[in-house]
Amino acid sequence: MREQLEGSRAIAETVGRCRVEVVPAYPITPQTHIVEAVGAMAKDGTLPGCEFVTVESEFAAMSAAIGASATGARTYTATASQGLLYMAEALFNAPGLGLPIVMTVANRAIGAPINIWNDHSDSMSQRDCGWIKVYAESNQVAADLHVLAFRLAETLNVPAMVCMDGFLLTHAFEPIDVPDASLVDRFLPHRRPQQQLDPDDPVTIGAMVGPEAFAEVRYLAHSQLRRAEEVHATLASEWTRLTGRDVAALAPYRIEGAETVVVALGSVTGTLQDVLDERDDGTGLLNLRLYRPFPNAAVRAALSGARRVIVVERAFAPGAGGVVSADVQTALAGTDVEVTTVVAGLGGRPVTTAALHGMLDAAAAGYLPPFDFLDLDRKLVERELAHLRGGAS
Amino acid sequence: MTAFEIRLHGRGGQGVVTAAELLSVAAFLDGHEAQAFPSFGSERMGAPVTSFCRISTTAIRTHEPVSRPHAVVIADATLLHHVDVFGGLRAPAFVLINSVRTAAELGLTDLVAQVGESQLRCVPATDLARKHVGRPLPNVCLLGALAALTGQVTRDSLATAVHERFPERVAAANVVALDAAYAHVRAGMAEATNA
Repeated sequence: MREQLEGSRAIAETVGRCRVEVVPAYPITPQTHIVEAVGAMAKDGTLPGCEFVTVESEFAAMSAAIGASATGARTYTATASQGLLYMAEALFNAPGLGLPIVMTVANRAIGAPINIWNDHSDSMSQRDCGWIKVYAESNQVAADLHVLAFRLAETLNVPAMVCMDGFLLTHAFEPIDVPDASLVDRFLPHRRPQQQLDPDDPVTIGAMVGPEAFAEVRYLAHSQLRRAEEVHATLASEWTRLTGRDVAALAPYRIEGAETVVVALGSVTGTLQDVLDERDDGTGLLNLRLYRPFPNAAVRAALSGARRVIVVERAFAPGAGGVVSADVQTALAGTDVEVTTVVAGLGGRPVTTAALHGMLDAAAAGYLPPFDFLDLDRKLVERELAHLRGGAS
Repeated sequence: MTAFEIRLHGRGGQGVVTAAELLSVAAFLDGHEAQAFPSFGSERMGAPVTSFCRISTTAIRTHEPVSRPHAVVIADATLLHHVDVFGGLRAPAFVLINSVRTAAELGLTDLVAQVGESQLRCVPATDLARKHVGRPLPNVCLLGALAALTGQVTRDSLATAVHERFPERVAAANVVALDAAYAHVRAGMAEATNA
């Protein structure tokens, strides 16, 4: 049933219907509404069998999630920004231990300077932590991806991170069909852990591995994570059969025969769809929902017919360039597709229709540099750069 | 496919974020597609706050802030001189201001000429809220006034949205205030037509 709901509320209800058993969480803007709502539901009896654990930090949240998941419980948490960074040490342990935790990241910038607004610097900073990572463009897709994430994670014993734009989605009221409980039950069976910690039948997980086998362990983890692309595709088809809604790894839009294709993740892809409809000039869009594992072959197939690819990124690698662009370039290696990077929407800067038109106009006229920032106040940065150079001499 | 876009300006504590959310729920109940979100600052009482609502007959895909509004709601007239509340206003557009003063008294004669007298309304929303709700919270009143001024959302759906959101006693009082503001604007419009 479609309802007009806040994104955070919709996610909390979806997670509840996934019959989560343990939710250790620590609040941080803009994730707070999600865990508050899950906590309230756990307390008022809406979620029988769910233990909500208030912890003292995000490090504790992930550590408790690891412990809970290791006992076989379906485990969920959510965080953002500095909270994700504070989790970092424990974060890498979850895939290493084969624990299918699902976590929402309500994407937010990282300080300093302190900034509570949206960009993708947080989840991108943990790019190599070994989790499955998906990005949602709307609250509907975010809700659907949470259900899929539990099944995907538990099928492979790999944790999954569902990224959704902080504020832009988490605080937005939109129409949404929260997957109903019977549908979720049909799609998502009870977790059957491969192994579990049990005081009556003790085992050790995560024991030390020396140089003789560490590379092999890592190789196996990489292979298992790579499998997520295929399993995601199977599950996404099943979800579409059940709901009629698309949650595929890639969502192409007006891409057939497109000379220029924009690649982007998250809520900006909705704004881009409007822009492309207005232009109707043979520009296409590739919305990348599955970011890790990176769907190399599928991205290559989708983009290799284009002349130019513009990757619009809400994060970047300081001192290097684009983050997603590097993946796209790897996928397109050996083709003569030109890949440019446009960093947009850092720290909550609105990504507007007008600015995106300007970007595409510049690309069409051949003025778009290989690495650019959307809507940058050039006068200000040039003045400051001159000042810095002056100060250094 | 162009959505009707509304921008609401207020100060922290006046409920403009809640107002945009209620408006989107009411529009949804009317059978429309709707989207509401705040322009997020660090929430604190008294700080300028902006929120947005889009109402459309087709799915709303964009997530950019409303920069070219069809309607602007100003919950605090002291913002007129601090925030570019009329920035990007479309023509024609609706303007709704929470004030006991007239547009001319607020120094908005040029704006009245620009948008047209029938498109701009001042409503004593804080006074109406104080009278009917017992608290100086103008947000729900302003929604009633907006419904009367623009016809973009029905009074009944707004009342339903208010009842779904608040406890019964608070909701009932707010709906009385909503109706008072609705009637106030309707009366003003009738007067303008007869003049």
